Amino acid sequence: MSRLLSSRRSSLWLLLLALLIVVTLVVGAGLGPSSVSYDRLIPTVLGQGTFKEEFVLFTIRLPRMILTLLAGMALAASGSILQGVMRNDLADPGLIGINAGAGVGVTLFYLFLPMEAGAFAYLLPIAAFGGALLAAALIFLFAYERRFGIQPSAVVLSGVGFSMALSGLMMILISSGDRVKVDFISKWLAGNVWGTDWTFIGALLPWVAVLLPLTLFKACSLNLLAFSEAVAIGSGVAVARERALLLLIAVGLAGSAVSVAGGISFIGLMAPHIAKALAGPRQQATLPLSALTGGWLLLLADTIGRNLADPDGVPAGVMAALIGAPYFLYLLWKK
Amino acid sequence: MSSVRSRRLAQFAWRFAAAAAVCVVLFGLALTLGAANTSWREAWMALLTSSHDGNLQMIREIRLPRVTGAMLVGAALAVAGAVMQGMTRNPLADPGLLGLTAGANAALTLAMILFPAAGYSGFMLACLIGAAAGSVFAFGLASVSKGNLFPARMVLAGAAVSAFLYAISDGAALRYKIARETSLWKSAGLVGADWSQIRVVLPAIAAGLILSLLLAGPLNVLSLNEESAVGLGQRTALVRASLFAAIVLLAGASVALAGNLAFIGLMVPHVARAFVGTDYRYVLPISAIGGAGFMTAADLLARTIHAPYETPVFSIAAVVGLPFFLLIVRRKGRVMP
Repeated sequence: MSRLLSSRRSSLWLLLLALLIVVTLVVGAGLGPSSVSYDRLIPTVLGQGTFKEEFVLFTIRLPRMILTLLAGMALAASGSILQGVMRNDLADPGLIGINAGAGVGVTLFYLFLPMEAGAFAYLLPIAAFGGALLAAALIFLFAYERRFGIQPSAVVLSGVGFSMALSGLMMILISSGDRVKVDFISKWLAGNVWGTDWTFIGALLPWVAVLLPLTLFKACSLNLLAFSEAVAIGSGVAVARERALLLLIAVGLAGSAVSVAGGISFIGLMAPHIAKALAGPRQQATLPLSALTGGWLLLLADTIGRNLADPDGVPAGVMAALIGAPYFLYLLWKK
Repeated sequence: MSSVRSRRLAQFAWRFAAAAAVCVVLFGLALTLGAANTSWREAWMALLTSSHDGNLQMIREIRLPRVTGAMLVGAALAVAGAVMQGMTRNPLADPGLLGLTAGANAALTLAMILFPAAGYSGFMLACLIGAAAGSVFAFGLASVSKGNLFPARMVLAGAAVSAFLYAISDGAALRYKIARETSLWKSAGLVGADWSQIRVVLPAIAAGLILSLLLAGPLNVLSLNEESAVGLGQRTALVRASLFAAIVLLAGASVALAGNLAFIGLMVPHVARAFVGTDYRYVLPISAIGGAGFMTAADLLARTIHAPYETPVFSIAAVVGLPFFLLIVRRKGRVMP
């Protein structure tokens, strides 16, 4: 009964969030240095706009907004998984160093492998995934103790250390590269959504389209893993295998999102918490909510950010930190 | 009793001298090596004569202030870290990790926007205020949270406060179009350090160092626990306030001179403890010397790895510092946040 109620409540919230996203998309489509007035939006979409209107909407604004939406969803789902698997409410792919690992992967790839523009976008998420996976493996290695298994607090702590050191490593790599590339990478580091091109959506979409449903499919074992080790084993979950698989999914989601959207923290932290507050602890209900919340948050952050300053705007990563860090502190204080 | 004391003092003096000798060698190396080729003789001449030969002038006006700055900043950060570790009884305390550096950074950006004509001493003042605000933020948050203040929680709070303050700093810099200036200042390390800057920063760092060294005894007591400090008749509030002022002076002035740096304040005191034990009267001087030496070496690396280009000294410190951080986390790993 309560389960029925909770699923009805969560679908109501899902609907509401979808509506919010649509509204934000519409409002965002009209905002920017070159304005497309709102009464021209529908004609432009239907193909009756002027060249300028079509160009602004289809080549500049829409790709960027869709990309942010996808990246936000991926980061939020990744955060949901990490928080569940590590039984730590403060886990976030950015804070525990996975983003920085992806950054090192992208930097190495970008600086040292000459590449044609076409293949570049599609290989980028793979490079990021490789870097993120390596970072995650190292972080977990350092947080593992034979007698206790993975120590959740140690994961977050060593993650904080790793994310600083990996950013440092990235800077060392960068400063050996040539100046034009350096400029580009340092913008990327700040969490600038730069893949404002349909190609990059094409590069990110497969990852999200495969990994997000897979996460939902695994929601049940995520529920059980969130209990203690003993309960999870007792209820018949192949703990080690499921955990490894889920972590792999989380790293893949975060890495691919970061590769096109830049180093964005706190979305993966906030969205799962908001979703949990709205729909309770069952992952079947909260995971989709978390993904939509994350997508909406990042979309909102980027829409505000890109209109705050011209010509380049404030990076979405900066906006996300401005909203997310106080929320994190609140969580820390409440606990 | 007194013979034990004097033996320990002799031991300490011996180790201090050794550390100082290493520091002097590094100082010499740093003056000699660099993008332009110079010899030991030239470095020596630059220090002791007033001849205006080409290279001598370069060493005197470019390298010497830079190396001096590195030593000052290294000593300041290491002592600030040691004092923070004692005050908070947190082995993971470090000005870069607990929000002081980020606070100074944000204040610097705001000062550049609001008072662009403030000049170097004005900007340093802003850094001091920012460092104070950042640490009040992190400490305050940590102390209002319920229950005991675990080291891990403090680092997390510091990381979040830092992320927030960096975001403010970056966002404001982009909004008001001074991103180029601020990023030059923050990530350049000691690249542009000159004598006029050193003259401004030196009094603040010297005051901070002297204050810390004078209070090393009370810091020993404070690092045990609050009750025994009060029980031993210490005026804890006064001691805390003075030590806090010292930390702010040291960390704020370091940011003003060298931009963002983390891990030095964490790493150096732990190495110092391995050499001279846990008595802060010994730990602080050794940390100062060690920090100066480390920073000189890091800055030397920063300007020679890819000479004539610069590698950010921040990254070198972070990469070298990580193993220490992990080691300490692992040793104290069983504390829950």
